[in-house]
Amino acid sequence: MRTNDLILQTITKIVIFIILAFSLHLFFAGHYTPGGGFIGGLMTAAALVLLLLAFDAKTVKKIFPVDFKKVTAVGLLIAVFTGIGSFIFGVPFLTHTYDYFDIPILGETGLATAVLFDIGVYLVVIGVTMTIIQTIGEDE
Amino acid sequence: MTLLHWAILSPFIMALFVPFFYKKFRQVHTGWFVLILPIVLFIYFFQFISETMNGVSTIESAPWIPSLGINFTAYIDGLGLLFALLITGIGSLVILYSIYYLSKEKEAIHNFYVYLLMFMGAMLGVVLSDNVIVLYTFWELTSLSSFLLIGYWYHREKSRYGAQKSMLITVFGGLSMLAGFILLSIMTNTFSVREMIGQVATLPEHSLFIPAMLLILLGAFTKSAQFPFHIWLPDAMEAPTPVSAYLHSATMVKAGIYLVARLSPIFAGSSEWFWIVSTFGIVTLFWGSFTAVKQTDLKSILAFSTVSQLGMIMALLGLGSAALHYDHLDKNIYLAATVAAVFHLINHATFKGSLFMVVGIVDHETGTRDIRKLGGLMTIMPITFTLAIIGTFSMAGLPPFNGFLSKEMFFTGVINAATLDIFNMQTWGALFPVIAWVASVFTFIYSMIIVFKTFTGKYQPEKLDVKPHEAPIGMLISPIILASLVIVFGFFPNILSGSIIEPAMAAIQPMLLGDNGSYHVHIYHWHGFNIELFMTLGVIAVGTFMIIFLVKWSKLYDLFPKRLTLNNLYDGGLVAMERSTYKLNKFYMTGFIRDYLVMIFAFMIIVLANTLVAKDAFTFTTANSAPIGVYEVILTLVMITATITILFAKSRLTAIISLGVVGYSMSLFFVLFRAPDLALTQLIVETVSVALFLLCFYHLPELDIKKKPLRFKLPNLIISLGVGTIVTLLALSANGTKLFDSISSYFVEASYKEAGGKNMVNVILVDFRGLDTLFEITVLGIAALGIFAMIRLRLTRGREG
Repeated sequence: MRTNDLILQTITKIVIFIILAFSLHLFFAGHYTPGGGFIGGLMTAAALVLLLLAFDAKTVKKIFPVDFKKVTAVGLLIAVFTGIGSFIFGVPFLTHTYDYFDIPILGETGLATAVLFDIGVYLVVIGVTMTIIQTIGEDE
Repeated sequence: MTLLHWAILSPFIMALFVPFFYKKFRQVHTGWFVLILPIVLFIYFFQFISETMNGVSTIESAPWIPSLGINFTAYIDGLGLLFALLITGIGSLVILYSIYYLSKEKEAIHNFYVYLLMFMGAMLGVVLSDNVIVLYTFWELTSLSSFLLIGYWYHREKSRYGAQKSMLITVFGGLSMLAGFILLSIMTNTFSVREMIGQVATLPEHSLFIPAMLLILLGAFTKSAQFPFHIWLPDAMEAPTPVSAYLHSATMVKAGIYLVARLSPIFAGSSEWFWIVSTFGIVTLFWGSFTAVKQTDLKSILAFSTVSQLGMIMALLGLGSAALHYDHLDKNIYLAATVAAVFHLINHATFKGSLFMVVGIVDHETGTRDIRKLGGLMTIMPITFTLAIIGTFSMAGLPPFNGFLSKEMFFTGVINAATLDIFNMQTWGALFPVIAWVASVFTFIYSMIIVFKTFTGKYQPEKLDVKPHEAPIGMLISPIILASLVIVFGFFPNILSGSIIEPAMAAIQPMLLGDNGSYHVHIYHWHGFNIELFMTLGVIAVGTFMIIFLVKWSKLYDLFPKRLTLNNLYDGGLVAMERSTYKLNKFYMTGFIRDYLVMIFAFMIIVLANTLVAKDAFTFTTANSAPIGVYEVILTLVMITATITILFAKSRLTAIISLGVVGYSMSLFFVLFRAPDLALTQLIVETVSVALFLLCFYHLPELDIKKKPLRFKLPNLIISLGVGTIVTLLALSANGTKLFDSISSYFVEASYKEAGGKNMVNVILVDFRGLDTLFEITVLGIAALGIFAMIRLRLTRGREG
C-alpha cells in the first residue's frame, strides 16, 4: 500500500507517543483503575496500526525491528512461568500474591505477582494483533 | 513436592537436558549421560525394600488440582516398588545396551533418549501414583512415548504402521479405562486407590460395579496385549531392539498386569473378575504360544512369546483371586497362583529382556533376524550362544533356571484351579490344566527353535549380508547381567520371596494377610515327584518329539484361512472408518463460509428455541429495568440506521464504515452504563478490526451488486429472522429471570482483600480466573500462528502433506 498523506504522517509522528504512553499508563494502572494487560496491549497494537496506515509496512519494520511471533511466544512463556512459579512456594498453579513496599521516589507501592502475569497477557495481545495485521497487510 | 515426587519426575527433567548433551558433547555417546539417572533411581528405590518388607508403605502427597480432589500422591508399597525396581533396573541395562546398539553418528540418538526418558518417567508415574487421574495421565504418556519409540525409524513404512496400530489400540483401551476410573470415583467419591480399597465392602452391590470393572479391564487387556488386542505387539517390534527389550517385554506391557494386580483388592471378590481375567489370560497364553511357533522372524517369535507369557501372568492373577472365597485354612493353596504371578513377572523380565538383547546382537552382527537364513553361529558367537541357552531354557521352563520354578508354580496354580468348587469351576475347571500344558509344549517348541535354528545347524554365510562375529563386550554386559540373574534366581529363589514377593502379595491381596500381618512365601527347588514334575517331563518329551517332526505337522498352520485374521479385521476397520469419515466430511465441509454460517445459525435457532419452549423459559418483566433515557434512544436509532445502511451499501467501504459506527455506538453504551473497561476494550477492538478490514478490503474482489440482481433466498430470510428473534427473546428472558443471587458483591469484597486490586475486572482476569486467561491468550497465539501459516506458508497445491 503506497500512501503519501503528509497530514496523517505528521500527526502520527506526534500522536503515536501519546498513545504509547497512554497504553503504558493503562497497563500499569490496570490493577486499580480501568486498564490492564489486555487493553494496554490492544492500545499499543492500535498505535502500531496507526503507524502502519500512515506509513507502510517496511517503515514500521524499520522502526520496530521485532518479530511479533516471538513477542507472542515470550508473552506466553512469561504467563506460564508466573503460574509455575507458585510451585516453588508449594501452592497450586497460578496462585498470586501481593504486598506493599516502600520504593524510593514512588513511595509506598503495591507490587503484585499478577502484574507479571499481566505482562504476559500484554505481550501476547500485541504479538497476536501485530502478527495478524502484518501478515494480512503484507500479503500480495 | 518431596524427594519421591522429584524421583518420578526426574526422567522428564533429564529429557530436557538430552539435546544439550547431544549438541555439546558430540564425541561422547549421549547414552552415557542418560545412564546415570536410572542407576541413581534404582539405588534410591532399592532403599525402600527394608520398609516394604516390614509392611510399611510410603505415602507422599502434593496438591495438583486440590479443588477436584486430584493430588499427585506418590505411594510406594510392595507392588509399586517391585515395578519401580524393574523399570529402573532393566532401564539401566537397556540404556547401557543401547549405547552400543545405536551408533552416535548414524542415528538421531537425542530423540531416542528423550522418548526413552519420557517413557521411563511415565512408567514410574503409573506404578507409583495413588490417584487414578494421575495414573491415567501417566498411562497415556506411556502410550505416547511408546508410539514415538516404535516409529523411531519413521522413514520405514512398517514402523509408522506399527506405531499407529499400537497407539490406536492402547489409547482406545486407555480411554475406556478412564471411563472406568470415573465410574469408580462416582461410586466411592474419591480418586484415591487406597480410599477406594477401603470402601470395598459396599462396592459390589453398586450398579456401576460391573461396568467399571469391564471398562478398566479393557484398558488393562489392550495395554498388556491380551487376546484379541495382542495384534499390536508383533508390529511394535519395528522399534529398535533396546526398546523392544524394555517396553515390549519388561515394563510397558506389564502396566496392564500391574493394573489388574493393583485393583485386585477392589474387584477380585466378584466371580466376573475371576472368570474374565483368568479366561482371557489362558486364551492369550495358548494363542500366543501357538502362533509363535510358526513365526520365522526371531523378534516376532519373542513378540508372540511375550504375548503368551503375559497371558500366563494374567491367568494366574485371575486364578489367585479365587483365594478370596475360601476360609482361612486352605487359602494358601489358592494363593499359590498369585505368588506364581509375581514370581513369573520378575523372571519374565530377566529372561525375556536378555533374550531380546541376544536377538538384537544376532541382528546387529549378521544383518538378519530370519531363522531361515541363520544357523551355525554357535562357534562364531560363543558368549551370545551361552546367553541364548540360559534365556530360552528358562523360558521353556527347564531346570535349574528361574523359569522352571515359576512354571512349576503355574502348574500348581492351574491344577488347584481344577479342584475349585466355586463359580461352576467343577465343569470347566479341568480345561485350565489342559490348556496350560498344551501351551507349555508350544512354549518349549518355540524356545528351542530360537536357540537351535540360530546357533546350530548349517552355517549359511552366503545368505548373510555381513560377516558375523562376536558382539563387542559393551553390548554383552547387559544380557550377561540379566542371564546371571536368571541363574541366581533359579538357584536361590528365596532371596526374592521375603524382600519382594511377600510385600507385593500384601498389596495384591491385603484381605488375606496371615496372623502376623504378612505372607510367608517359600519357593522349593525340589518339590518331590508330584503332578507338576510329571507335567514338565511330559512337556519335554512331547515337545522334543514335535520339534523333530516339525516340518510334518506345521502344515497345520496353513489350514487357517489366510484372510480371516484379526489383523485383517483391524486393517479393514481402519479403511472403512477412513472412508466413512471422508464421506461425512465431504457432506458438510463445503468450503464456503456462507454454508457454515447457515448451519451454525440453524443449529443455534433449533437448540435455543427448543430450550425456550421446553423449559417454558420465556419471561418478560420490566420490574428490574431502569428508565430509558434520551441518550439510549438516540444511540439505538444511530445503530439501527447504521445497520440498515450496511444492507443497502453500494460500496464495500461504506459497509465497513457503517459496521464501525455500530461498534463505536456500542462502546458509547458501555460508557453510559459505567463500564469503562468494556468501553475501552470495545473502542480499541473496533479500531483495530476496522483497520484490519481496510487492509483486507484492498485484496477483496469488487462488490458487484449492480450487475447481478439479488435473488430472494427464503432459507436465508428464515434464518436471519430466526436468529434476530431468538437473541432478542433470550436477552429479554435473561433480563427478566434471576435464578441466583449475583456474585458481583463477592468480587467487590474479595478483589481488594484477597488480590490487592481495586479494579475488579482486571483482578478477575489475571487472578481469580487467571487459568481462563492463560488459555485464552494461548488460543490467541495459536490463532495468530494459524493465520500466519495459512497466508505465508501457503503450500502449492498437490504438494502438501
